[in-house]
Amino acid sequence: MSKQQFEISAGYKKWTNALLGVGILTLVLGFIFLATSKEELNQTRFWAVLLQNSVFFLLVVNASMFFICATTLAMGGWQMAFRRVPEAISSLVPVFGVFALVVFLGIIFGHQYGIYHWLDKEHVEHDPILKGKSAFLNPTFFLTWTIISLFMWSWVGAKMRKLSSQADEKMDKEQSKKFIWTNTVWASIFIVFFALTVGSTIPWLWLMSIDAHWFSTMYSWYTLISSFVAGISLVAIYVIYLKNQDYLEYVTEEHLHDIGKFMFAFSVFWTYLWYSQFMLIWYANIPEETIYFKPRMQGVYRGIFFLNLITNFAVPFLLLMRRGSKRNYTTVTFLAVLIILGHWIDFYQMVMPGTVNEHYTLGWFEFGILSLYAGLIMFFVGRGLAKKPLVAKFHPFIKESTIHHT
Amino acid sequence: MALKKFVVGCFEDEKVLFPAVAKVRKAGYKFHDIYTPFPVHGLDSAMGLRETSIHTAGFLYGLVGTTTAVTFMTWVFTKDWPVNIGGKPNFALPAWIPITFELTVLCAAVGMVLTFCYICQLAPFVKKHTFHARATDDLFVMVIECGEKTNEDELKALLTSVGAQEVNTQIAEEGWWIGRYDQEQSLYKEPNIA
Repeated sequence: MSKQQFEISAGYKKWTNALLGVGILTLVLGFIFLATSKEELNQTRFWAVLLQNSVFFLLVVNASMFFICATTLAMGGWQMAFRRVPEAISSLVPVFGVFALVVFLGIIFGHQYGIYHWLDKEHVEHDPILKGKSAFLNPTFFLTWTIISLFMWSWVGAKMRKLSSQADEKMDKEQSKKFIWTNTVWASIFIVFFALTVGSTIPWLWLMSIDAHWFSTMYSWYTLISSFVAGISLVAIYVIYLKNQDYLEYVTEEHLHDIGKFMFAFSVFWTYLWYSQFMLIWYANIPEETIYFKPRMQGVYRGIFFLNLITNFAVPFLLLMRRGSKRNYTTVTFLAVLIILGHWIDFYQMVMPGTVNEHYTLGWFEFGILSLYAGLIMFFVGRGLAKKPLVAKFHPFIKESTIHHT
Repeated sequence: MALKKFVVGCFEDEKVLFPAVAKVRKAGYKFHDIYTPFPVHGLDSAMGLRETSIHTAGFLYGLVGTTTAVTFMTWVFTKDWPVNIGGKPNFALPAWIPITFELTVLCAAVGMVLTFCYICQLAPFVKKHTFHARATDDLFVMVIECGEKTNEDELKALLTSVGAQEVNTQIAEEGWWIGRYDQEQSLYKEPNIA
């Protein structure tokens, strides 16, 4: 008999505190040496790294709620054995949302034109392209839509998590039917709003507007899938961790196999979107479009550009292809960590060329902030997991999950 | 045609079949096959079948497709007939990716289908012995191959005791032979009992 209630172990706490300690120290040092530095490049680096990490990790934890809602709408039952894990991860959305909002406020009211040059009103006046986009790219719309999005993700997500608690108590057939229906309604509200935000507008505002002259219609999908595959990898890491600690009694190799399939399939899908965006621009060879890939492919970012393809496509594709490797705890853990880091690098190369130009550094500050976010995830997910029983024992679909077979 | 002796046990229910498979396996008998009306999850592992190698074959066929596409296009566009297309380099890898992908998928898919047909000995005009006609409808048919030391009566008794509704012995050709189903129709004949 496995343990039902997650308790944060001493080792987990130690790692959380270590990562958080390093992270907070980095943030403080970064604030002293970079943010308040006289040099503009240092300031830009500070905000660019914070922007990259806060957006990336916010979208990654939000991907968990997308996973829950998508499987709910598909009437999926197999994920019930571990559904409380993505639930706990998605409880971070309000926290990371507030952090991201603080970063955006810092960029906008700190007049960080190095990050978003459309913030510079004088410059926009003399720039016909930015002027044409100014109805969309302006601080008021940016902040309003950001706040609405953060609120909706947090609110509907909280509603979904609250609904899930009902499944801890026994329900009869009528109650079960009503329960599934209510879940379906709220999940569809989330999905529709998710499509309007992460699926389209939010990546335009938060990331694509760094290179405000340039645009790509594939960009939002590409960002969405980048964060989704990293989000699924995070779920995989937690499922394996909990299974190793003798929790999650219903989870078997079969569930892990399906999570592995998600990681494999969406790595390939990410490549498809990446390539579609790249190939059209490469083929048409129009200067205002190729400007995006010029510094990335031929400039100083060349190494990161190809590293991105290797870690996010070649390695997961070749290593996760075999059935056995999707069922192996070690392989899946290794690849999950690799995919998360790979997509972190992916977001890095989205943000950096447009902000710090060729002066990029992957140094103490970048990895320190990564450690800060890793610590925050461990801290809040641990608390989220400990809050509820790990398995919703009376969910109508739980039987489907316990007998799941791929 | 090498004829072999098989003991056939028919089960009406999946729930009876699984414990029966475990018991027959534990008793040390060799399954020829179990014919089911629909794919039964977990039956392969219950029978102790090894994992199929068809995906390895598929990977290799895919590799052949990738190599063919890339080397052929490289040869055509850089050696045999270099043409300046829109000022692109002759070795224009990004433009070749779709074709490479298509050829990889085509080779992997067709190769796997043909391999599967070869291994299962399926082809037009190929004939195989059918152990029970209802195996394609609603019956789970367990076929056990008899060796020299197999005690047929003991095996039959075992099958009955684990829940087989119908038990019989058949002498049949294990492999395949050329024939046509519209001629020499033997599907609905009485099974040959030795």
